[in-house]
Amino acid sequence: MTIQQLEITTDELRHLVSSRAMEGETMLLNMGPQHPSTHGVLRLLLELDGETVVSCIPDVGYLHTGIEKNIEFKTYEKSETMTDRLDYLNTMGNNLAYCLAVEKLVDLDVPERAQAIRVIFAELQRISSHLVWLGTHALDLAAMSVFFYCFNQRERILDIMEMCSGQRMMTTYFRPGGLWRDVPDGFEAAVRDFIDDFPRRVDEYETLLSKNPIFLDRTKDIGVMSVETGVAWGITGPPLRASGLAYDLRKDEPYSGYEQYDFDVPVATEGDVYARYWVRMQEFRQSLRIVHQALEKLPKGSVRSNNRKFVPPPRSELGTSMEAVIHHFKLWTEGFPAPRASVYVPVESPRGELGVFLEGDGGPRPYRCYWRTPSFINLQIVPLLSKGHLVADLVAIIGSVDIVLGDVDR
Amino acid sequence: MNSALQTIIQNLESSFGSTGSEFRGQASLLLPPGQIVEATRALRDAHGFNMLAALSAVDYWPQHQPRFHVVYQFKNITQKLRLEVRVPLDGDEPELESICAVFPNANWHERELWDMFGLRIKNHPDLRRILMPEDWVGHPLRKDYPLGYEEVQFSFNFEEIEQRKPRPKD
Repeated sequence: MTIQQLEITTDELRHLVSSRAMEGETMLLNMGPQHPSTHGVLRLLLELDGETVVSCIPDVGYLHTGIEKNIEFKTYEKSETMTDRLDYLNTMGNNLAYCLAVEKLVDLDVPERAQAIRVIFAELQRISSHLVWLGTHALDLAAMSVFFYCFNQRERILDIMEMCSGQRMMTTYFRPGGLWRDVPDGFEAAVRDFIDDFPRRVDEYETLLSKNPIFLDRTKDIGVMSVETGVAWGITGPPLRASGLAYDLRKDEPYSGYEQYDFDVPVATEGDVYARYWVRMQEFRQSLRIVHQALEKLPKGSVRSNNRKFVPPPRSELGTSMEAVIHHFKLWTEGFPAPRASVYVPVESPRGELGVFLEGDGGPRPYRCYWRTPSFINLQIVPLLSKGHLVADLVAIIGSVDIVLGDVDR
Repeated sequence: MNSALQTIIQNLESSFGSTGSEFRGQASLLLPPGQIVEATRALRDAHGFNMLAALSAVDYWPQHQPRFHVVYQFKNITQKLRLEVRVPLDGDEPELESICAVFPNANWHERELWDMFGLRIKNHPDLRRILMPEDWVGHPLRKDYPLGYEEVQFSFNFEEIEQRKPRPKD
């Protein structure tokens, strides 16, 4: 097989910048990949006229780890560990999307208790992800103390995750067919403790920022996106809702029992950086409502499907049942087969629509696993939003779109 | 399957010669290559599929006809419908028309198709590699591209492996 190469020369990059750059009228400036306000290893090539951004060309791929390729070489259950590493601020959400895709592909049931616990964790994870966003976004705009307040609270959520999964970040807690294990005894108390205390903290963050004149100056009317632009560019999540479209997959295409919970989808109409900030601040409160309801009616029972063809038997059965030993051996050496077909499962991650396209080939490994990651798609809009703004505003815009580079580069 | 979606699929089947199918409630449409731009424009303007949710490909190597399926996921936000469109492509170096003019966010998706699968996208405004370095050889998500790992050298096969070890370019 011969693979033709596409040679890249300066001439072929010329169309990305304006003709004034070639005459030296505007300046080309490299921002990143090691720049704290690009939220990871994002590199931007900026064309500047004074301090105004003429064009902005994102260069991604510095964190590309070939996860999609790696998943093709592991069994369905074992590849789940890779999914934690995609969007490292939304590990439970990635696990959820992947598990839902596998369950849909092989038609596997999930007990109600497992679904409710999944919802609790998905929402706690949304809060913790928004906390990191809020802290770093405020830090970019020179409000340093918010960062410490946010990370302090995030730590409590990570502690709850560690309590249940043994890991603070790389959890792999959800498994196809349910959860790894049931939650430990102190779980409900710890979550209750957190959700009782947290509304006070959200108010505190809002007193620090919502009416802060410096913050308002930096965020109002910056990076305005219209709904039409957002939809045409495939933008989802808080950025789209901040432009005025109540598009939330938890309401539109409910999964994992979200239809049982009563919550609102916060929508703003301005579409600027401040609107995106406002939407996420409201989402804190809505997530707390969901966690509260899920905790109130947490069903009793098993947390893993009883279908032994896909879910390994409990340890206690291995000493007494020959079938259990056979299933255990088959599942851990070979894995379970999935049909020759494909599914696409979208979930609402803190950043937008996180979709998993999973195709099986009849064997125990995914034939193809594609991740539709919200950061990758949402980052595409940054050049458009930043045009004509100052370099300092570009930092606010990147922060407001809320990208995670692990999610962009996969 | 939703009745509105069924009508849309029948409509597209008659106008574009595509074939619809369903798996676990998800509708999929196999569309002959060459008509993708007209079909996406019809989907967007006549049937309300206003968002390109995802775009990727699957490599069926060693099968050659078709070798690739390019998979588009469209979303109709107002009617809450989803539709998958698959475009089969033959041969090792297939070409495909860009849909950037219809959905601007296809830009990076199509760059990724070139980067990861080596699909040449015609009429693309900026076809460069996106995730891999610019001088990378090969397209990693193709099935004939090895995963790559370092082989363990023992005394009996030390020389043999030493010879085929990858070396940095001169």
